[in-house]
Amino acid sequence: MFDRIIQIFIKEMIELTRDKWARFRLIVPPIIQMLVFGYAATFEVFNVSTVILDRDHSQESRDLVAHFTASGRFSIAAYAQNESDITRIIDRGEAAIAITIQPGFAELLRKGATAPVQVAVDGTNSNTALIALGYVGQVVAAFSQEYAADFLHRTSGGLRLRQASVTIDQRPWYNEDTNSRWFFVPGVIGTLTLTLIVNLTAFAIVREREVGTLEQIMVTPIRPIEFILGKTLPFFVIGLGEVALVTAVGMLWFQVPFNGNPLVMLLGTSLFLLSTLALGLLISTVCTTQQQAFATNFFVVNPLFTLSGFSFPIASMPLALQWFSYINPLRYYLILIRACFLKGVGLAVLWPDLAALAALAAVLLTASVLRFRKSLD
Amino acid sequence: MNVVRLGAIARKELLQVWRDPRSLMIALLLPVVQMLMLGYGVSLDIKHVPLCTLDREGSQQSLALLKAFESTQYFDVVKILANDRELTAAIDGGTCRIAIVIPPDFSQRLNDSGTSSIQAIVDATDDNTASVAAGYAQAVVASFSQQVQLYASSVQGRPAVITPIAIQSRVWFNEDLESKNFIIPGLAAMILALVGAQLTSLTVSREWERGTMELLISTPVTPMEVMLGKLLPYFGIGLIDAGICIALAVFWFQVPFRGAFLTLFATTALFLVVVLGIGYLISVSIRSQLGASQIALLLTMLPTTLLSGYAFPIDQMPAPIQALTYLVHARYYVTILKGVFLKGLDLVQLAAPILALMLYAAVIAFFAARAFKKTLD
Repeated sequence: MFDRIIQIFIKEMIELTRDKWARFRLIVPPIIQMLVFGYAATFEVFNVSTVILDRDHSQESRDLVAHFTASGRFSIAAYAQNESDITRIIDRGEAAIAITIQPGFAELLRKGATAPVQVAVDGTNSNTALIALGYVGQVVAAFSQEYAADFLHRTSGGLRLRQASVTIDQRPWYNEDTNSRWFFVPGVIGTLTLTLIVNLTAFAIVREREVGTLEQIMVTPIRPIEFILGKTLPFFVIGLGEVALVTAVGMLWFQVPFNGNPLVMLLGTSLFLLSTLALGLLISTVCTTQQQAFATNFFVVNPLFTLSGFSFPIASMPLALQWFSYINPLRYYLILIRACFLKGVGLAVLWPDLAALAALAAVLLTASVLRFRKSLD
Repeated sequence: MNVVRLGAIARKELLQVWRDPRSLMIALLLPVVQMLMLGYGVSLDIKHVPLCTLDREGSQQSLALLKAFESTQYFDVVKILANDRELTAAIDGGTCRIAIVIPPDFSQRLNDSGTSSIQAIVDATDDNTASVAAGYAQAVVASFSQQVQLYASSVQGRPAVITPIAIQSRVWFNEDLESKNFIIPGLAAMILALVGAQLTSLTVSREWERGTMELLISTPVTPMEVMLGKLLPYFGIGLIDAGICIALAVFWFQVPFRGAFLTLFATTALFLVVVLGIGYLISVSIRSQLGASQIALLLTMLPTTLLSGYAFPIDQMPAPIQALTYLVHARYYVTILKGVFLKGLDLVQLAAPILALMLYAAVIAFFAARAFKKTLD
């Protein structure tokens, strides 16, 4: 039995790495994808392009504008002359935020009244808009506080402003600089593995069926379980290699710290690979052509990816989709891999996710093996 | 170019699609199922962040502050902690995303020196959620500060300190700052890119693998006729898919639609040509279906998600990656969709992305026609 599994294993390995291009496709694209997506996937807003309309032309208004430029969060894309300039610039997307200071701004301030600052923000990307509005709030609050202290000092003859205030001291754990890359790089590892392995496994079996070599194999003394093992083992090995490769890129290039236990990660990766293999196998049992396998693959993998918590928080989804995520292996793997990288927690915390992944792998494997045997008849 | 031969190829391809009802079903079902499912899942709106509190003081003021956290819809107080050990466990285990710690001398310092600080411990693994949650906490604390100030000045009989500047913000295009309004049009673009790639990327490699290419080559058809004939039926299917996606976005998800349907139709047709063309080019260039599918997956799923601006803002990416996004066809279509949906732009205002897509289509047609060789070598 062991002999026959090895034979299939070797045959499959040869097919996978037969030509230069096939080997190339296994190694180079994951590395490139990791490099590109590691940089691309970020919700951080470093710099907001801003247009400014200062109609007051006073010391105070210029001072406020200086606060904006000095904060480092705003880059001035243009100085507008009138309202229609602003409309045009925001419509074209040349600036995301417009700050208008109306005439009389300084006068109101000097009187000790509240002066308005008008802010128009392009809300197309609501996340960016919210963050940008937050920055505006911070800059204006700082300016306000300075001005109020100064004002009181001048008007009341040297009295210092004594304001009661509560400040908040933030401690971001696990990711002290709240660096997006640390969140997304582990996520990309899981996603790349899912798309690659499901596709490889599904195609490997459907190809034999389509080309007709499956029947040849079935007349040999090999048993279905041996065939499945021989067919899927190579992808398990390739999957492990792939994870190691992109993990190395994440750690060496992106400098994402690995705080956890490599053995926990290995265990989690193995369970995750088993469930992706089973998924590929399941797809192969319902398809007779590679075209169908490809279509089914997109049908299954895309929701798993989008609803995994990779970029959209699961907590923000409606309840029904949150429940659906419990049967998504990628969900657990992402929790696991991020915890291994950033949190550095071990089995004591991660056992429920590992157990869920194991259960999922067991169910999927059983279902796919049963279905596969039936599909041979 | 011979219309009869072109028609014959198109008819043959259509028959092939027709005789594989499963692939056809998937091509038509995929947009419906994925739009409906993913449309609910793709939200970046962060509310009800799970929060834990650790009150080391237990004074009236500390309780009042915690009350303020409880009463906002942005936080759900999930657990009241007793000590540091519980705090570590709650954050490690993911019970809460943020923990508010009030020091034992909180109210004393507030009354003595007027300033006091509390700690917010944030699980920054997901840095976006962490920053947004920290922003909410900041807002809660700021309004608490203001209340304390008002109370203090009324007790001392001083006039309340006024805030010098008030921000009047207006949000354009996506007035409620709902993330679904910008992500769902992008989702339609992503689904179309996937369906398109899946439809055509195996269409020529299949002929090679099955040996029917020899038959095709022995006929007098020209490469141009093969390309157009093969693309025509899929263009029809793609249009139906596009109609489904857009109808669901507008009528089901109620994304504001401010442009003209004609603009949308013309640009969608153009995008489909590009998408199908890329699939065809892949298919002509790679003779094995497995290879073609791998490249198609590589070029569609992650790039359209990460580099198209559908969720991640392009202008915040590093410059080399921004340059790379110009190669992603979905980038232009996402820009167009957001413009047509939220901004109500017309064909003239969208000239730049439309011209880019046209150029894209021309380049692909050129390479695809060249790559199709009528030789068996």
